[in-house]
Amino acid sequence: MNDSRPVSNRSSQIWAHAILIMGIATVVFPFLWMLATAFKRGAEIYSISLIPKRPTLANFRYLLERTMYGRWYLNSLIIATVVTLSELFFDSMAGYALAKLRFPGRNLVFVLILSTMMIPTEMLIIPWYLMFTRTGWIDTHWGVMLPGLISAFGVFLMRQFMQGMPDDLLSAGRIDGLNEFGVWWHVALPNVRPALAALAILVFLGNWNAYLWPVIAIESAKMRTLPVGMSLFSGEAGSEWQLIMAAATLAVIPIMIIYSVFQRQIVEGVALTGMKG
Amino acid sequence: MAPSAESSQRHTSTAPAPPTPPRHRAASPRRGLSLRQRTALWGVAFIIIPLAFFLLVRIYPALVAFDVSLRDWNIMKFNKPYIGLKNYQRLAADDGFWNAARNTVLYSAIIVPASLALGLLAASLIQLANRARGAYRMVYFLPYITPTVAVSWVWRWLFFKNGGVLNQILISLGLTPQPFLQGLDQALLCVASVVVWQGLGYYIVIFLAGLEMVPHEYKEAATIDGASGWQVFRHVTLPLLNPTILFLAVLGTIRSLQIFTEIMNMTSGGSGAGDLGGPLGSTMSLVVYIYQTAFYQFKFGYASAMTVVLFVVILAITLVQMKLLNKPVEY
Repeated sequence: MNDSRPVSNRSSQIWAHAILIMGIATVVFPFLWMLATAFKRGAEIYSISLIPKRPTLANFRYLLERTMYGRWYLNSLIIATVVTLSELFFDSMAGYALAKLRFPGRNLVFVLILSTMMIPTEMLIIPWYLMFTRTGWIDTHWGVMLPGLISAFGVFLMRQFMQGMPDDLLSAGRIDGLNEFGVWWHVALPNVRPALAALAILVFLGNWNAYLWPVIAIESAKMRTLPVGMSLFSGEAGSEWQLIMAAATLAVIPIMIIYSVFQRQIVEGVALTGMKG
Repeated sequence: MAPSAESSQRHTSTAPAPPTPPRHRAASPRRGLSLRQRTALWGVAFIIIPLAFFLLVRIYPALVAFDVSLRDWNIMKFNKPYIGLKNYQRLAADDGFWNAARNTVLYSAIIVPASLALGLLAASLIQLANRARGAYRMVYFLPYITPTVAVSWVWRWLFFKNGGVLNQILISLGLTPQPFLQGLDQALLCVASVVVWQGLGYYIVIFLAGLEMVPHEYKEAATIDGASGWQVFRHVTLPLLNPTILFLAVLGTIRSLQIFTEIMNMTSGGSGAGDLGGPLGSTMSLVVYIYQTAFYQFKFGYASAMTVVLFVVILAITLVQMKLLNKPVEY
């Protein structure tokens, strides 16, 4: 960034800050209101005040004791973690093969995988539902996870990064006696660590937030993921907004924690890849 | 090296089918396979599971979608006879479909221009402000990574007609309270503005990256030639941002054609069937209508025909984009 920019002077800088800070208020206010409501009790939720008079944890206690919220949390955690690990493993493995190993039909396979990116999920959910009904995978973790275990986008991303790796590096690994699996695992993967981290964050967030397929693939209350559970719970909670906002708060907290730690990686990862699950 | 090679072997045997290592082949000793052949075997071993996955979980289901769309496929009935293009013909006379299609176009027409304009404005201001760039970017990006279901319910509460904070503010300012999500002519706009609110951070981040690519010398040269700040922006920066704008416009359009979660959570009645698309279907989008047709009315054939239409529209947009982006930027 160049600091002496002729196009900006002091007063326009101050104006820019003023407008941006107003924008920040618009961004932050809904979160603050969510928090405020979550700690209020009964009729107090209708008072215009960001600070609850007598803050209470009763709403959170209700969620954890009287609903299956904890279970939904666990379901989401398991699903997002397994899908992320699977994508890291298989996407990078396929990406490595497509970038660095010559085998017959390689270009055809690449085009085929790439072309699946054009198929919108909406078109696949009915066939998945029919297939998984037949195999008995509806209402299982496996059924929710399977469609996401490998992604064309991830393969594409990994291939791009693997291609940028010097061949000499890989040859050195082979001379050291590693077989191709060892070269991929011990030489290639450590070299694309930033890309793996970006992919991991995106896949995890995408699956933590996913709604369309889970809401179809899940039937019983105990199998719900957090978004599905929250959605159905809130629909039944009527005007108990303090409970709904407590549920939203619990759904948002892990994201906030991850975001506060990996803020730069997340923003740059999304900018780099332009994807949301 | 020995332990690591061993552990690699163990890994291969649990995940992908390993190619038989050449030295174990009785018939062909290690020398029998050339380096190139061995590499090819490894390549096949690495790709076989992903390839099978894409064939079975993406390509085959896509073909199934076409097949189902040609049948009278009701999950309640045993027979699923082929009926040719009847499902597609029915679309023409289905008011519900046209309502959803019109709403979906309306969503795109609101969301994409608004996000582009606000995103570019905010990104330019962040660049102009020059300080606290990282802090602004961080805060504006926050809603984008927040679960959409949670965002939707928070806004549903803000928009709540009787006692929601927005109406309370309106009342305290002496203005008329609004129905917002319960208003026939307001609900769609409310949903669209929440989508813009949540997605804006993404536009800002991409625009910031685009703005950084504009060479500083160009702007300097224009300024020396006497151009005002606005003229520099209009005639130097904006044309150079064309590819970024096009990319975001296409991506934004495709995403808003698929809008679903916000509508389901902001305007559905909750537990009851059939009232998914807000007051009198006024927020009903194409994907919500597809969902309702398939999973509330169990008309899988008809719903599949609609997904094929959606696929064709998205494909067309993608192809146009590829054609446009492959061309060099013209000024």
